[in-house]
Amino acid sequence: MVVLHAEGLTKQFGKVQALNGVNMEVKEGEVYGFIGPNGAGKSTTIRILLGILKASSGRASIFGKDVWRDAVDIHKRLAYVPGDVNLWSSLTGGEVIDFFTKMRGAEIDKKRKENLIDRFQLDPTKKCGTYSKGNRQKVALVSAFAADADLYILDEPTSGLDPLMERVFQECVMEAKEQGKSVILSSHILSEVERLCDTVGIIRQGEIIESGTLQDLRHLTRTNLLIETKTELTLQGLPGIHDVQQDGNTYQLQVDTEHLDQVIQHVSQSGVVKLESAPPTLEDLFMRHYEGEAGGVK
Amino acid sequence: MGSQLFLQIGKLSRLILRRDRVRILAWIFSFVLISLITVVAFDDLYSSQDERQEIAATMENPAITALIGKGYGLDHYTVGAMMAHQMLAMTLLIVGIMSILLVVRHTRSDEEEGRVELIRSLPTGRLANIGATLWMMTLTNIALALITGVGLYALGIESMDLNGSLLYGAALGVTGIFFAAVTALCAQLTETSKGVIGLSFLILGVSYLVRAVGDVTNETLSWFSPFGWVLESQVYVNDYWWPIVMTLVVAIVIAGVALYLNAIRDLGAGFIPTKGGKRHASRFSQHHIGLTLRLQKTSIISWAVVLFIFGATYGSVLGDTEAYFAEIELMKEVMQQPGVGSMTLQFVTMIAAIMAIFSTIPVMMSVFKVKKEEKQNRIEHVLATAISRPKFLGHYLLVALITSLIMFVSGALGLSIAGANVIEESVSFSDLFNAIIVYLPASWVLLGLALVFVGLGRFNGLAWLYLGFTFVIIYFGGILKFPDWVKNLSPYEHITSVPIDDFSIVSTFVITLVAIGLMVLGLYFYRRRDIKG
Ligand SMILES: Nc1ncnc2c1ncn2[C@@H]1O[C@H](COP(=O)(O)OP(=O)(O)O)[C@@H](O)[C@H]1O
Ligand SMILES: [Mg+2]
Repeated sequence: MVVLHAEGLTKQFGKVQALNGVNMEVKEGEVYGFIGPNGAGKSTTIRILLGILKASSGRASIFGKDVWRDAVDIHKRLAYVPGDVNLWSSLTGGEVIDFFTKMRGAEIDKKRKENLIDRFQLDPTKKCGTYSKGNRQKVALVSAFAADADLYILDEPTSGLDPLMERVFQECVMEAKEQGKSVILSSHILSEVERLCDTVGIIRQGEIIESGTLQDLRHLTRTNLLIETKTELTLQGLPGIHDVQQDGNTYQLQVDTEHLDQVIQHVSQSGVVKLESAPPTLEDLFMRHYEGEAGGVK
Repeated sequence: MGSQLFLQIGKLSRLILRRDRVRILAWIFSFVLISLITVVAFDDLYSSQDERQEIAATMENPAITALIGKGYGLDHYTVGAMMAHQMLAMTLLIVGIMSILLVVRHTRSDEEEGRVELIRSLPTGRLANIGATLWMMTLTNIALALITGVGLYALGIESMDLNGSLLYGAALGVTGIFFAAVTALCAQLTETSKGVIGLSFLILGVSYLVRAVGDVTNETLSWFSPFGWVLESQVYVNDYWWPIVMTLVVAIVIAGVALYLNAIRDLGAGFIPTKGGKRHASRFSQHHIGLTLRLQKTSIISWAVVLFIFGATYGSVLGDTEAYFAEIELMKEVMQQPGVGSMTLQFVTMIAAIMAIFSTIPVMMSVFKVKKEEKQNRIEHVLATAISRPKFLGHYLLVALITSLIMFVSGALGLSIAGANVIEESVSFSDLFNAIIVYLPASWVLLGLALVFVGLGRFNGLAWLYLGFTFVIIYFGGILKFPDWVKNLSPYEHITSVPIDDFSIVSTFVITLVAIGLMVLGLYFYRRRDIKG
């Protein structure tokens, strides 16, 4: 079942074209990784999906409802965590968590709340004004995961967390997924996206330039090979190979996936001693799309 | 969907109350307390009708009208009439300040820092946040109106009946609601909370000045100012309610426009576009002093312009004042009236002292910026570069001193250019200019005090309270007959009023020394304490 569907979203801020036809689809129980460089349009897309910004054109629906018109209904089943969380400095973390829960119209599930507070090692009795960025983020994360939402929208939610807390965060996302909930996770941390996400959308300059399952995307990219042969290899003239490093008869190279067959056939003629292949990391995939790009917007 | 625009406004209102209950109560309590104390003091100091008529006679001139508003019932100056004349306009101005500060906290500030985004991501109506803010301001001002009204009535003073007292309270309340609506509107226009505060204060100040000029020169002009409307209720004299209703209606219209604009704009956007900043720091900004100045440039320029206008406004009524006193002198030639010149001068020195206190506000704000920078963790970046702490704060001090010069000069120029234009004979350009400039050292005392609090890292509010006290001394010192020792607590009182009295080098020198002492103390404390952020 499709939880979220967006088609041709555009957004103009004065002269700045922030989004230029964004398409997205998230299914139930799916974790959708949303990646792209700074200023690519991730937050803008997310704010449109939240009905906070109005799209200049295009359509988007969540749970089959229009994101702008039916925002209130949608929000009853949705939890959002922004990347830069600012809270009310005179309220304690615990008060803020309870406030969010009450605003959702839910009873406060004390056990669930305490459990999350424990796992994130948050001191909920402190005033928000005294929290560090990471702690404010924890407050937002605890309120989000304490909510019984069907869709979690997380916009770079771990930018202030230490690696230990990031692990806790990842567990929470996995648990939500196991319960059949959907998650949109915008992130810079590719290992995180790789570990958590089923589907990935890559956005650049307001356009989704690549999307699909991690499997799908890997087909579009290169495989890392480590080859040791008996006799010297002549790699010149082979199509689709990159970044060759030679050390005696040991070679390290990247091969475009569509030319893998041809390369392996060629290599096997020289007597393979050792062959290691590694799937491309998201990092590679990402870098390949952004080679030569300093940022999203000139 | 229309019905959902304000969904959850109740819970958001409670959030505002939870955040601001102390603040709101403190404001209301102060207004009520000060109003009641003043009435008691008037009743005590001017207990007989004769005494009150005597005071009324001195109040009946254009200068005073410009300063505190038109007097009603001057021929039968009751305690109530006196209260409405002496206190109401100034209290309205401060009620306006309260509304501006409270509204901006919950609208543009929250929006700027992403809290409104969090609220909007919850099942809340699109207008629930601004709606809750306006609703809470309405309740706050109704409470202010009722408590003040009942409180004044409860004093049991003959001339202050229930109707008049409630009207007095209502005048405060409706002004609060009006400026809450104005601020809500400004919050739709500019993208930053600083911008909203600046714009709202500008409207507040200009409204007051328009009334000042209007009351003296042209009645129609006063009708362009909400102060003009509300004061037209002639509290405790004729007790008209219609100006209150009219102001309320206009406030509701303004609030409606604010809500409409809020509904049609993007979160985070404003209708007045902001221009992009510079890509590189100019050579100037690469120095720490330069950077500090650069960061305060907009604020310094705006204040300088405002003070110039302020000075020019009061300068421009000097002509009417002089003409008025000249007329009186003709009529009452036999009486031992002081000369025209000295009557006008009396007013000039009072205006000069008030302007000096106003000019001190941006000077103190300038040093208190350190505290704000510290709160937002920006100091670390600067202190991490090679710059010692006393030097760091010293730069702020230097910028504040430069600010004080700019402020005093621009206010003095406003007063003397406009004044010299309209005054025939009694006062010269340099008289007017010097009248303000002599107060510079007094403002440095306040600056030094502010620096001490920055050094201590707390109690900033006390410095503002002290500035407020100096204002009360100047403004009400005469009419409330404060004892000398109380007056002497204000540095502005120790400056001799040029051009009435001769300039005193000794007192100027002593006050400057006190200022320097406080500054050194501030730098010393700052070196010893922890930086919080
Ligand atoms: N309120 C706004 N006004 C003008 N431009 C904006 C606004 N919000 C975002 N942008 C621009 O839109 C682009 C996308 O921004 P954003 O969605 O925040 O990127 P990301 O979250 O991927 O880093 C950027 O170029 C940004 O400068
Ligand atoms: Mg972003």
